[in-house]
Amino acid sequence: MSYTALALTGVVAAVLLDVVVLRTRVLTRRVFWVSYAIVVFFQLLTNGWLTGRDIVTYAESEIIGLRVAFAPVEDLLFGFSMVVQTIAWWVWWGRRSGDVRARGAGPAGP
Amino acid sequence: MLAFCLLGTLPLELWLGVRVYRRWRRLLLTLLPVVAVLVVWDLYAIAQGHWEFDPAQTVGLVLPGGVPVEELLFFLVVPTCAVLSFEAVRRVKGWPAGDE
Repeated sequence: MSYTALALTGVVAAVLLDVVVLRTRVLTRRVFWVSYAIVVFFQLLTNGWLTGRDIVTYAESEIIGLRVAFAPVEDLLFGFSMVVQTIAWWVWWGRRSGDVRARGAGPAGP
Repeated sequence: MLAFCLLGTLPLELWLGVRVYRRWRRLLLTLLPVVAVLVVWDLYAIAQGHWEFDPAQTVGLVLPGGVPVEELLFFLVVPTCAVLSFEAVRRVKGWPAGDE
């Protein structure tokens, strides 16, 4: 599978993890999108540095060739998948442990 | 680059009080599945030649499968910074995140 195909698969898998598997639905939350906007800004900086200095190089045959800040556009999909997975698991573990300030403020459990 | 990420987000923990590092068990449980997925992806990508790392610009410590140690650290650092950003936005804006 090319990096392009794999990156798209990664995004779909992360969305399924959030919406279907863990049912955390972070993708429907403003807090997720605003923090993602912050993360993606820094991703463009750091990724641009890593690819601009050729610390990491990509096989031209495995990407579609569209680049943002020196890095293949696929890297943005990779990063998005990584962030969605991370936040979904974080929220999921938060739910399970009841580890929040507002403990007891929500609906009563069984 | 990794230090830049860690130092850049450190004030969120220290001054904004997002309590991410203090909830280290939850952080580790979050990182575990994410790192596992990313390492498998990385092993495949390296094997397929999707990307390559410049030996002159990495410390040279390479894990089995050709994964530079920086890559593993990257997979630990970036998700941690994502959680720090997420908790910081939540803290400042007071928006619900779904685990309340």
